[in-house]
Amino acid sequence: MSGRKPRLPIPKEELLAPGHRACAGCGSALCVRLCLKALGRNTIVVTSTGCIEVTTTPYPETAWEVPWIHVAFENAAAVASGVERALKALDREDVTVAVFSGDGGTVDIGFQALSGMAERGHNVVYICYDNEAYMNTGVQRSGATPPYAATTTTPAGKVWRGEMRPKKDMPRIMVDHGVPYVATACISHPQDLIKKVEKAKETDGPAYIHVLCPCPPGWGYDSSETVEIGELAVDTGMWVLYEVEDGEFRLTYRPRERKPVEEYLKRQKRFQHLTEEEIEEIQRMVDEQWEELERLERER
Amino acid sequence: MSEMEYTIGAVIKEPGSTRRNKTGRWRVFRPVLDEDKCVGCARCFMFCPDGCVRPAEDAFKIDYEYCKGCGICAKVCPVDAIEMVLEEEME
Repeated sequence: MSGRKPRLPIPKEELLAPGHRACAGCGSALCVRLCLKALGRNTIVVTSTGCIEVTTTPYPETAWEVPWIHVAFENAAAVASGVERALKALDREDVTVAVFSGDGGTVDIGFQALSGMAERGHNVVYICYDNEAYMNTGVQRSGATPPYAATTTTPAGKVWRGEMRPKKDMPRIMVDHGVPYVATACISHPQDLIKKVEKAKETDGPAYIHVLCPCPPGWGYDSSETVEIGELAVDTGMWVLYEVEDGEFRLTYRPRERKPVEEYLKRQKRFQHLTEEEIEEIQRMVDEQWEELERLERER
Repeated sequence: MSEMEYTIGAVIKEPGSTRRNKTGRWRVFRPVLDEDKCVGCARCFMFCPDGCVRPAEDAFKIDYEYCKGCGICAKVCPVDAIEMVLEEEME
C-alpha cells in the first residue's frame, strides 16, 4: 500500500482481548469479536457454558473488555432477564444486555430460559453462535447438528449414517414467539452480521440472531478455511441469510447462482461418509427449504 | 496452583487479562504481509478470530505475540499479499 491509511469496513475497537484459548481459526471467537464491535462498550454480556465461556475465561483471566457473567449452561437467558430488570430499576436503560450462547446452550439446554425471556419480552440481544455440536466437550451432537453430520455420538457406519434428525429451526421458533427482531447470519459475511447486531441493539424488546460459526476441529477442515467454509454454506443454501422484522421476512443475501451442496459437504470430514444418493437427498432438502423461503419473500 | 487465591464468586477484576497468555507460542506457520502488495481491503483485519491484525499508518500490522497461525488472513487476502512461512524457516 502506498502511504494510504486503510479504510475499515467495520468498527476498529476490539472488545475481546487476544490470548483467549479458542482454537486457531475458531469461527465462534470471530463471531464474538465481530458482534462486540456492533454492541459497543456500554454492554453487559451473559454467556452460558460452552466453547466461548471456557476459552475466554480461564480463571483468573478473562478476554472480555466489557462486564461479563457466567452462571450455568441452562440459564443465560434467565440471568440476562434479571440483569435487564435490574438496570431498569436503576434507571440505566442505556446499557445493552447481550447473551452469547452456543447451539447447545440455546436449542437444547438453555431452551426454556430463552423461551421465557422471549415470551416475557425482555430487552435483550440474544446471539447464538452455532457450531452445530457440543464442541468443547468433544463434538457430541446437539439439536442443531445438521442431518448426516458425523459426531462422536452419531458416528457414521453401515446402519447409522451420522445425525439422523433434522436441524432444529431455532430462528423460526423465535419468530413464533413473536420476537420483534430475528435474524440469521454467518461469520463469512461480517458486514451483514454487524448490521443485524446493530438492528437487534436498537430493537425495543427481545432480539435473536443465529450465527453459523464453522469449527475446524469439529467439522474437520484446515484452520485457514473457516471463512471459505462459511461462504460455501451460504452460497450452496445450506445456510440462508435472512431477517424477520416484526414478522416480516426478508432475504438479506441471495447467491448469484446457488452452488451444489456437494461443494460444501465434500470439504468437511464430518460428511466424508456420504454416498451420492445421500448427497442428492441433502440437495433436495436444501432446494425445498429454498423454495419455501422464496415463497415467504414473495408474500412480503 | 494450590496457592492460588480465589475471589468470592470467582470474580475476575482485570478486563482483557488473557493478554498475559501469549498464544503466539501456538504458531507453526507465520503470516508475513508484503506491504507493497497490500491493497488495504481490510479483509485480514475483519476475519482474524484473535484480533491480531491491526490497522497501521500504512497497511496492517500482525501481532505475533498472539497470532496462532491459523492462516485465515492469508486465505481471505484477494491479492495474495500474505504468505504463511514455517516458523523454523524464519530468520
